[in-house]
Amino acid sequence: MERNFLRGLNHGLPIGLGYLSVSFGFGILAVKNGLSVFQSSVISASNLTSAGQAAGVEIIAAGGALLEMILVQLTINIRYSLMALSLSQKLDKSFTTPHRLLASYGITDEIFAVCSAQRGALTPAYMYGMILISAVGWVLGTFLGASAGELLPPSVTSAMGIVLYGMFIAIIIPPSRKRKSILFVTIAAALLSIFFRYVLTFISGGFAMMICAIAAAALGAWLFPVPDEGEGT
Amino acid sequence: MPVYVYIILMAGVTYIIRMLPFTFFRKKIESKFVRSFLMYIPYAVLSAMTIPSIFTSTGNVVTAVVGTVVAVVLAFFDLPLIVVALSASLAAFLTGLIA
Repeated sequence: MERNFLRGLNHGLPIGLGYLSVSFGFGILAVKNGLSVFQSSVISASNLTSAGQAAGVEIIAAGGALLEMILVQLTINIRYSLMALSLSQKLDKSFTTPHRLLASYGITDEIFAVCSAQRGALTPAYMYGMILISAVGWVLGTFLGASAGELLPPSVTSAMGIVLYGMFIAIIIPPSRKRKSILFVTIAAALLSIFFRYVLTFISGGFAMMICAIAAAALGAWLFPVPDEGEGT
Repeated sequence: MPVYVYIILMAGVTYIIRMLPFTFFRKKIESKFVRSFLMYIPYAVLSAMTIPSIFTSTGNVVTAVVGTVVAVVLAFFDLPLIVVALSASLAAFLTGLIA
């Protein structure tokens, strides 16, 4: 139990550090939109998501309708239900309903990616370790950004913008190197994403990302079905 | 509308999206297609999130491309996540000083 928790903390450390730098930017954005340092931190602690929070803060600042808030959050964050479904397939027997209710709070893109790259079943302790350190980084970064964002030189804050993407690359590349099917899915998703960004510009970012990911993964599943060896056992 | 109404609403919607499938889906998926799809989806999501956004992530295409190349090379040699991530950022920072 404790060993799994520590392993989760350890695997979550790069996520926490990445979040620290990214949420710093969110903190600056939130204060610019008229929220207090405390409110900004509460948003980060209760939402634990980047794109959804950025969009949410803008709706708050504009005094948008509550229905708009619901629809925007649904559109941007619906990808998490896909990730939750995928993770539900590799949970350990010790993952009882209370654990599931608690751990689902922490299903983010990065935590999902690191968890699904794990061999073997996921235990609650492992996920809690990873979620804890990630959430601490996310909230702390928001707090620092909201209260002291303008103190750092722009050369540092802008270079920090690449940290999370660098982590994504570190997750994608090694399996792409080993398996042609994953390489195919990765390249297909990237090409689609470029197409959406520069050609189908009227489709919003979160929505476009979902379409690209679903299309690329479905194409991969159709062309390269995974043999029945029982992934994760 | 009080700010906290918005905050509770956005947090609630985001939580339910994550919680429903994670808590109530207990069956093992039998379909080979769906299982393959779920195996590929993380890589597809991360790839679509990274490309092309990474190239504008530093506000300067040159520093971002240098950071990206550094990340790809280090990841190719299987270095730990944190090393890849921070090296990309450091490379972008140093390039920004020169350029």
